Amino acid sequence: MAKYAFFLGCIAPLRYPGVEKSTRVVCEKLGIELVELDDASCCPAPGVIRAFSRTTWLAAAARNLALAEAKGLPIVTICNGCYGSLFDAAHELNNDAEELAKVNKVLAEINMEYKGTTQVYHFAEVLYKEVGVEKIKAAVTNPFEHNVAAFYGCHFLKPSKIKDLEDPEDAHMLEALIEATGAKCMPRKQPMLCCGAGGGVRAGFSDVAKEFTKTNLENIQASSANYIVDICPFCHMQFDSVQKDLGFSIPVLHLCQVYGIAMGMSEEELGFSAHVVPVKL
Amino acid sequence: MSVIRKANTGPVVSSVFIYDDLDECLQVILTEIKANPEFEAQLAKMGGADVKMCFQCGTCTADCPSGRRTSYRVRKLMRMAQLGLKDEIVDCEELWECTTCYTCVERCPRQVPIVDIVIALRNIAVAEGHMLANHKPTATNLYTIGHAVTVTDKVKEQRKAIGLPEIPPTVLMNSNAMADLTKILKATGFDKIVE
Repeated sequence: MAKYAFFLGCIAPLRYPGVEKSTRVVCEKLGIELVELDDASCCPAPGVIRAFSRTTWLAAAARNLALAEAKGLPIVTICNGCYGSLFDAAHELNNDAEELAKVNKVLAEINMEYKGTTQVYHFAEVLYKEVGVEKIKAAVTNPFEHNVAAFYGCHFLKPSKIKDLEDPEDAHMLEALIEATGAKCMPRKQPMLCCGAGGGVRAGFSDVAKEFTKTNLENIQASSANYIVDICPFCHMQFDSVQKDLGFSIPVLHLCQVYGIAMGMSEEELGFSAHVVPVKL
Repeated sequence: MSVIRKANTGPVVSSVFIYDDLDECLQVILTEIKANPEFEAQLAKMGGADVKMCFQCGTCTADCPSGRRTSYRVRKLMRMAQLGLKDEIVDCEELWECTTCYTCVERCPRQVPIVDIVIALRNIAVAEGHMLANHKPTATNLYTIGHAVTVTDKVKEQRKAIGLPEIPPTVLMNSNAMADLTKILKATGFDKIVE
């Protein structure tokens, strides 16, 4: 059985708990064992905290990586932001002895050491490569037969030079994962356009972020998709929170919630009460 | 510094001065805009050394979804960094309009790590006190509770209702772990950014 340290992050547990809950239930059904990564913190957020201080970002990320290393487990995240942050930090520290030594000087203050061995995975990658589409199809009891928009976000596949998962200009992984539930992914213009929230733009210039989201929503609506399916709680929050102002009402689901629906979870358990755009199945 | 030559002969206007002829103007540009070795070293130390690889083709700006919606111009920022125009960079709002979507990085024919350079430039700006007021709450949240967002009563209820513990098992549940994180934040100078 595949076994991972479950990195919660901030937005899923503290804004969309249904995303956390459905991940736990779905993983159990698919034979992925999630071990609590007790005492973890924010990844820390790559667009804001890393932009304020790389040194702080790397040290705090190293602490999270060291917590998983102590358990001897790879990390799985359900958020592109956490994935971007922890993957980048691990990539840097696991391959650069000098940087690792610098970070360990900071970690020594709390009697901790990171040896540089933790691997970081995104949930979608684990589903696609380790579980496989066929096994997911077999676990579906309640097909999600809707037209949907697959939303990759930015930090799952990019920067592709270090992530090396799929060509971000020609990606199919998420569509295959979504369509395993019976849904149909509708082709649309600019499928890889950023949601607008990253890099501190949501907090810094919310109107600019909204302009990105608006173009995405127009393209999604024109494609006749009835749901937005994301793999990042931050994109999720951006789409869910700004639609009302922009005059749209397309329900937003994280991939884990779509799997939760397809594998028989109840609407209550999926935490839709936390969503701004109503989700009526 | 933008330079406009009004006619084939006659006065030449830069953003600040008017010159008698183009030669004099170019002389001023060559002598007044000096290389800034301190800034170059600072940027390199923070992971931005490869800015010198940029040959100003503009693929980044053409592809930038933020540039399509704002006055942020990636190519211009890279050139400003090459020229060592630190004061202009740290003070410009556009530095914070990049969403770090990596489209420019994916398509750059010189493989310039543009997002790393933007992050390095932002670090330099923040170290000099140029931080957006709207970003302070996120920094404060990390410093005080170890997460980017606060814990609300509403989310506690929602968590409980779906069978999750009210508080997730992170630093929020363990004051010793939070104390460890605070030590790390202080050791790396984050406390000064928050205050």
